[in-house]
Amino acid sequence: MAAVLLQRIGLALVTMVIIAVVVFFALELMPGDACSVNLGRGASDSMLAACHIRLGLDQPPVWRFVTWAGDFLRGDLGISMQRERPIAEIVGWRLRNTLILAGVTSVIGIPLALGLGVLAGLNPDGPLDMAISGVAIFAMTVPEFISGTLMILVFSVILGWAAGVVTIGYKAPAFELVKASILPAATLIFILAAHILRMVRASVVEVMQSDFAQMARLKGVPRRRVIWHHVVPNALLPAISIIGLTMAWLLGGVVIVESVFNFPGLGRLAVDAVADQDLPLVQAIALLFGLIYVLTNLGADLVALILNPRLRTRRQ
Amino acid sequence: MRGVRPLAVPQVLRDVLAQRSGRIGFVIVCLHLAAAVAAPMIAPQDPAHQDAAAMLQSPSLAHWFGTDRLGRDVFSRTLLGGREAMLIATLATIIAMAWGSALGILAALIGGRADAIVMRFVDAMMSIPWILMVMLFVAALGSSSVALVPVLGFSYGLSVVYLARAATLDFVTRDFVVAAQIRGHSRWSIAATELLPNVRDSLAVQGAMQWSWILLAVSSLSFLGMGVAPPTPDWGQMIADARGIMQRAPWALIWPMLALSSLVIGMNLAVDAWARATGVARNRRVPGA
Repeated sequence: MAAVLLQRIGLALVTMVIIAVVVFFALELMPGDACSVNLGRGASDSMLAACHIRLGLDQPPVWRFVTWAGDFLRGDLGISMQRERPIAEIVGWRLRNTLILAGVTSVIGIPLALGLGVLAGLNPDGPLDMAISGVAIFAMTVPEFISGTLMILVFSVILGWAAGVVTIGYKAPAFELVKASILPAATLIFILAAHILRMVRASVVEVMQSDFAQMARLKGVPRRRVIWHHVVPNALLPAISIIGLTMAWLLGGVVIVESVFNFPGLGRLAVDAVADQDLPLVQAIALLFGLIYVLTNLGADLVALILNPRLRTRRQ
Repeated sequence: MRGVRPLAVPQVLRDVLAQRSGRIGFVIVCLHLAAAVAAPMIAPQDPAHQDAAAMLQSPSLAHWFGTDRLGRDVFSRTLLGGREAMLIATLATIIAMAWGSALGILAALIGGRADAIVMRFVDAMMSIPWILMVMLFVAALGSSSVALVPVLGFSYGLSVVYLARAATLDFVTRDFVVAAQIRGHSRWSIAATELLPNVRDSLAVQGAMQWSWILLAVSSLSFLGMGVAPPTPDWGQMIADARGIMQRAPWALIWPMLALSSLVIGMNLAVDAWARATGVARNRRVPGA
């Protein structure tokens, strides 16, 4: 158990280091740097040189990577080019807002997806399954910005239930952000739930046909007990790692959905930073997203380890 | 057949068309491709032409799909709006499939430490959501359709590495591969003559899927203002543009949405049918891709 745990944590650390290397050196390979991109073509050599010294770009790349990554660990994310303020200060509030949005999405979306997946899987190809799976395929196929826009069209313009676009600032109190995240979260849930429920459905169908479920049914265990004690626990185990993987999608989807709804989170900040050509800010956000992804996946794996003793022995 | 040979339709296509969803998907995709090719000839008006006298007009005989907030003809723009995205998607798919399958097949064939290192890197890259990866490059290179091709080709190739490696692993220990190794064939020639023909079907199906994912990526980027730039009309750009006026001019929003959604859904139906026809296990959207 301890060996498996250590191995898993070590793997996550290695992945984090590689992400940092990729995010940093991807831009090193590009023509231009933070200064030339930000100052534009008209910049004089002396302006560029001054900017290079200010950002430390006159240092060798490997040394800069070490200081950049070291500062990052201490919570210093560098200085934004456009806003001339510490990135940590800009990113902090937005990160909170995005976590609120992701939190609302997961708290409602994951149980909903598990429930619908089990319902669809218990009667495969029944009318309920056809309806659920049909909607899920639509949700998985159509891009986020179209489902988000449709949500605004239906729930805000036609029905008038909720404001279509978020107008509150990024420092608004948490409960207001929870209220503001209804439609963005609904959009994310629509897609997230579709991915998870497809997996759960498939795994319920498989477990229902397994020997132990057949056996339980044949020896006369009531259907309800077979479902809750034999099928559901076993079917949900693989779903845990899928939920972890779906987080990667959620983080990417957040960028687009936040822009659709004007939600003041990290994703929209990233879009603004690209428009401003603020390389240090884009880099910091990309690294943050990568780290969040690795951590959620590590968390999902640990939960799976705790719930499923079969995973605890090291495989070959 | 009265001595006349039937039109030579490849067996795979016949198997796809034998399925109802395959027929529907195939027809939708073909209609889209035909419209995209013929669009410059049949579009009734200049898609960039602004008419201050005809802003936000509802559909009429002069403007079948109405006009947008600048008085541009929505029908012409919808007709032309997929061309650039489809072109970018096609080129990026070729790049993604080429490097992704080459690396994946070689990683599976060589195995051992090299394989482990390659997969660790691919894993780590895939933990950065594709859109941030692309945004990183767009921030550095500026947004242009030309820059998007290699950037998307690179980021979407990562999941191809996975798939090509997994498909190849089923074959590397088979007798015919071992025999080729004993005969002294080089790795490249084993990859090209022994492995590639066996994983060709999986890769082709995956390539079609990649195409529709990349198309969505381009549209999403255009929606965010980082993809196809005006005056070239584009569905994602049109949707972003029409969002503010959806109450007054819903037609400017509905048609590009319908066009993009129908193409992607049609593609999905066709590829699903194709995967069933070739017996290829088809993974839906790879997480992280």
